[in-house]
Amino acid sequence: MSGDATDRFVAPFRDPELGRRLLGAIARAARPGRTYALMEFCGGHTHAIARHGLPDLLPAGVRLIHGPGCPVCVLPVGRLDMALALAARPEVILTTYGDLLRIPASGGDTLFKARSRGADVRMVTSSLDAVALAAAQPDRQVVFMAIGFETTTPPTAVAVKQAEERGLDNFSILSNHVLTPPAIDAILGGSGAPRLDGIIGPAHVSTVIGWGAYQDLAARHQTPMVIAGFEPLDVLQAVHDLIGQVNAGRAEVGNQYARAVSRDGNPAACALVEALFEPRPDFAWRGLGRLPRSGLKLRPAYARFDAEARFELTEPEGREPPGCACGEVLKGATEPADCPLFATRCRPESPVGACMVSAEGACAAAHGHRRAPAAAPA
Amino acid sequence: MAATMTPHGPPLDLTHGRVEMSHGAGGRAMAQLIDQLFAAAFANPLLAQGNDQAVFTPPPGRLALATDTYVIRPRRFPGGDIGSLAVHGTVNDLAMGGAEPLYLTAGFVLEEGLPLGELAAIVKSMAAAASAAGVAIVTGDTKVVEHGHGDGVYINTAGLGVIRDPGLDLSGANARPGDAVLVSGTLGDHGMAVMAEREGLAFDPPLLSDSAPLGGLVAALLAAVPETRTLRDPTRGGLAATLNELAAQSGVGMVLEEAALPIRPGVRGACELLGIEPVNVANEGKLVAIVPAARAEAALAALKAHPLGREAALIGHVTDDAARRVEMVTTLGGRRVIDWLAGEQLPRIC
Repeated sequence: MSGDATDRFVAPFRDPELGRRLLGAIARAARPGRTYALMEFCGGHTHAIARHGLPDLLPAGVRLIHGPGCPVCVLPVGRLDMALALAARPEVILTTYGDLLRIPASGGDTLFKARSRGADVRMVTSSLDAVALAAAQPDRQVVFMAIGFETTTPPTAVAVKQAEERGLDNFSILSNHVLTPPAIDAILGGSGAPRLDGIIGPAHVSTVIGWGAYQDLAARHQTPMVIAGFEPLDVLQAVHDLIGQVNAGRAEVGNQYARAVSRDGNPAACALVEALFEPRPDFAWRGLGRLPRSGLKLRPAYARFDAEARFELTEPEGREPPGCACGEVLKGATEPADCPLFATRCRPESPVGACMVSAEGACAAAHGHRRAPAAAPA
Repeated sequence: MAATMTPHGPPLDLTHGRVEMSHGAGGRAMAQLIDQLFAAAFANPLLAQGNDQAVFTPPPGRLALATDTYVIRPRRFPGGDIGSLAVHGTVNDLAMGGAEPLYLTAGFVLEEGLPLGELAAIVKSMAAAASAAGVAIVTGDTKVVEHGHGDGVYINTAGLGVIRDPGLDLSGANARPGDAVLVSGTLGDHGMAVMAEREGLAFDPPLLSDSAPLGGLVAALLAAVPETRTLRDPTRGGLAATLNELAAQSGVGMVLEEAALPIRPGVRGACELLGIEPVNVANEGKLVAIVPAARAEAALAALKAHPLGREAALIGHVTDDAARRVEMVTTLGGRRVIDWLAGEQLPRIC
């Protein structure tokens, strides 16, 4: 990576002058007296909106609502309990991406706490690091706690392929991979979410599955969607385009993120995932409940790399933290600040719910970038 | 270090030799290590006293005392190593109080198996950093822990300094609404250089730590602007943690301009890649200065005139916000709060 890459790939999409022009266009497009309830699906959008202070800059009628697109936020407590049970086994090295280590499981336990009790829990920045670890430590069982939407599934598939090619019998994954379209379907199908006028569609996910994957959803629910990148001008342009569709009574899939997203996405990545994974009958989401065919597990041919089979795990009924409104926040039904625990018992340094942990979580974004008076120090 | 200056035994094998438990056991092997490595590199009259303590008469003025312990992986990184860092970190803590560093102590916790050649390089780097900062390492200690019980080497240094100006008052409680907030150069260089090295990420040009002693820069600033309210080095937790500390200590708020923050393109790129904010990343050769608004230009000029302050910038001002928030006006004109980091810095998933 070169130092000036940010000048080419980031700076133009944060340009203040272009931003002012877009904001002017949004103000002219938004009809006085009507509201536009727009959900940003991804945590990446939520983070960008908070980080760049966008809500202050939009007309009063434009309301941005956080969606469920934060992988660690939607992971139900039961799956974390499974990871903790694995980590407690002396032969296991549990590897995962960073954010997950701080998410509270049943009773407030976390993988960080498990590590301080002596469990071998390691943060990796690539699924392939976990494969390399398994190769280097043949006498240990390396489990990769795989998590994420369609963006992170292909790297997990590559890791399993590598483990197969290297003949590793001490590598497995605990798959928590989930699919975006079923979640959007649930949100638009009235899962208790507010009535939405439009959706700012996923950025990275769409590079894999393509914008064509949402056409049926937009038509069926008569709700426009605009795929947008994670830079502030991307989000503003999507807001502008959505307002235009709403005003015109259209419900199409627009693609603002054309520099990275095509209609069909990344067929090679999709084919690899299809070859290794199959949909589970259903999968539990925090906030959205059990959604049919929304989660992925390894196909039977790869069962020896499936930690659930290898260690004979079953998903326990996890206990959600009492009083935590994460479930309601994740479907846009509640604002983070309206949760009774927000900034009181639940704070970034001592999170009660998952949405306060990840930088993409709606509560962490609202807390870290809040404008409201700070709560008294605990 | 309690060493006699008589060399013990044959020369240390710096090519193949490794730290052994005997190097911390108080016997000949330890004396050999101290003589040939530490005493030879740090040589100065107080160390040469060869006693369990360094004895000296303090100069006139108020004394300042600081300590810090250095645990860093990797031990060597572009722009420095744990040895130079162990000197810079502690002399900078003294400098932020306006103290001129006089003496350092050095405590080493060595892990069995550390190559002696690497230890020698660290000690040499430490000696060079001390010499450049004008400070003498006058006493020390060595312990060895079993293999697997340490990251090669941990170093503790304590520093003693003198504040010669009896009127100087640089407490973090001194910031007043209206004051200007300055930073002496680019943000996040050290933390991102270390993170890139640790993660094996290559950047072109490579990211370099800014690790450097700030005594000279502080002296230049205080000579030009003796009314300076407070100085602090934004190390762990970065600019965000330092400004929140100062805001809490002084009972004030602050507003920064995002567009004014000096950040190298490579650091910005690395931060984007890893999902990290430059304002949360550690610096080891930068200071934050808060000065009365009327003296902001003079302070900026004094910083820029020094080799370590060429990229200094005026980044914001102090407000009377009773909630003691540190806010930032984004490049797009929005506003957001700059908070402490919640815990460990963790890369995002998607």
